[in-house]
Amino acid sequence: MRTAPEIPRDTPGTDQAEPTAETVSPGLVLTVSGLRKEYGGEMVAVDNISFAVGRGKIVGLLGPNGAGKTTTINMILGVLEPTAGTIRIAGLDIARSRSRALARTNFAAVYAPLPGNLTVRENLRVFGLLYSVDDLAGQIEAMLERFDLQRFRDVKCGLLSSGEQTRVSLAKALLNRPQLLLLDEPTASLDPATARDIRCKIREYAADSSAGVLWTSHNMYEVEEVCDSVLFLSRGKILLQGDPKLLPHEHGKGTLEELFIAVAREPLALGEG
Amino acid sequence: MGFSRIAAVVLRQFYLMRGSLSRIVPLFAWVAIDMVLWGLITRYLNSVAAAGFNFVPVFLGAVLLWDFFTRVMQGVTIAFFEDVWSRNFLNIFATPISIAEYLAGLVFTSIVTSTLGLLVMLVLATSLFGLSFLAYGIMLGPFLLVLFLSGIALGIFCSAVVLRLGPASEWFVWPIPALITPFAGVFYPLATLPPWMRSVAYLLPPSYVFEGIRTIIGQGKVDGGSLLMGGGLALLYILLASLFFRRVYRQAVRTGLIARYSAESVS
Repeated sequence: MRTAPEIPRDTPGTDQAEPTAETVSPGLVLTVSGLRKEYGGEMVAVDNISFAVGRGKIVGLLGPNGAGKTTTINMILGVLEPTAGTIRIAGLDIARSRSRALARTNFAAVYAPLPGNLTVRENLRVFGLLYSVDDLAGQIEAMLERFDLQRFRDVKCGLLSSGEQTRVSLAKALLNRPQLLLLDEPTASLDPATARDIRCKIREYAADSSAGVLWTSHNMYEVEEVCDSVLFLSRGKILLQGDPKLLPHEHGKGTLEELFIAVAREPLALGEG
Repeated sequence: MGFSRIAAVVLRQFYLMRGSLSRIVPLFAWVAIDMVLWGLITRYLNSVAAAGFNFVPVFLGAVLLWDFFTRVMQGVTIAFFEDVWSRNFLNIFATPISIAEYLAGLVFTSIVTSTLGLLVMLVLATSLFGLSFLAYGIMLGPFLLVLFLSGIALGIFCSAVVLRLGPASEWFVWPIPALITPFAGVFYPLATLPPWMRSVAYLLPPSYVFEGIRTIIGQGKVDGGSLLMGGGLALLYILLASLFFRRVYRQAVRTGLIARYSAESVS
């Protein structure tokens, strides 16, 4: 049984001096090393995974329900403490420089809608202040336009459809021009046309801003279209990784969806264990 | 300390109140009812009691100050509950905000809301029932300060309890001021209490305030040392409550409670 080393964790915002900040692999915006999360010393949700996201790259984090995708994202967001391992965002260790690391990050997740009792503009203003966004008013207008939300600016988020709420979450996620964008099933509640539009916008953002994107999805068509590389998680471990267009054929499958199903049903046959 | 992040917490509460009568009315309604009720009781007591003793500054003043204390506490807890009710922890705590900034935002919110309530109480108590704060002299400021600090400490402690035990535990929090009332000697001297209750009272900063009020009105003098003790205790409790909140938060991050808080997770 592995003994998990104690990772020094600060409370949010109390950054500690970190001599190596911003100096590690300038081409990488996210570096995850030996990441592990166990609960109660028994249940292992994420088991010693390591990966990186380069600038301007979109990496798909795939796997069946319970594979450890959301646990991994929560650890990168600093809302879940790893049992072991390190996470560096733009060279900043999140355990030691949480506030500075998270200022360069943002996320959208279908299970984390913005408060429904504030309007779209109010929510964007509040989160813009939380992320200390420069020229906040201008940036809010840019986001409203980018995600076609102008007509909803004074509508309470709780009154929006789930697809509109997703667009508001994405507007919040890009508000601080993050270097690392974490998207947990960002198009799950969108119609196909809007989903395609959103994929284009995120791809554009990654290319224009050199941001890295970590993207989870159960839509393999979407993953193939958007992701530069993918990681298949199963039972907390990275089972496969590579180019989503080449990976299926490398493992004797016709499509990424077939490969996904194989990972979900027969992980041992694909290298786990 | 990032002032824009503190401002974000306060601004969120302002937005919520601006558009919601159900949030604004309670800031005034209950304290106004208390003022009218206790104002009438003291008026009646003045009419039947021996001449020369004025119940207004003793009872009505005490109720006003106690209501101020509870408004301060609720100012912190309700601002925190807004994040509980809207399942906002994941969004909030995945930002660069620190615990100190978050708590500072709750405290600033409470300053605004409790001041509004205090103003309403002052207007009603002075205009309808002739309560004069000249009776307390310059000590009114320190009295209010000790009660404010005590309310902040209790508010932070109660927020930590709800963070630890889950959304449903907010029902533990609402009655806490009522549970403290008998020990704090709001309406009677601490000497009235049995010894074990008096021991508890000495640990409560508000009891020094209410004892001080009675000393000023009855004897016309101020026990500065006693009030200083109350203030010192209140500051100590703010520190302890903040450390407790921080500890509970860190535990919640370790166990994953923050990430899945909306799942009604008492653990």
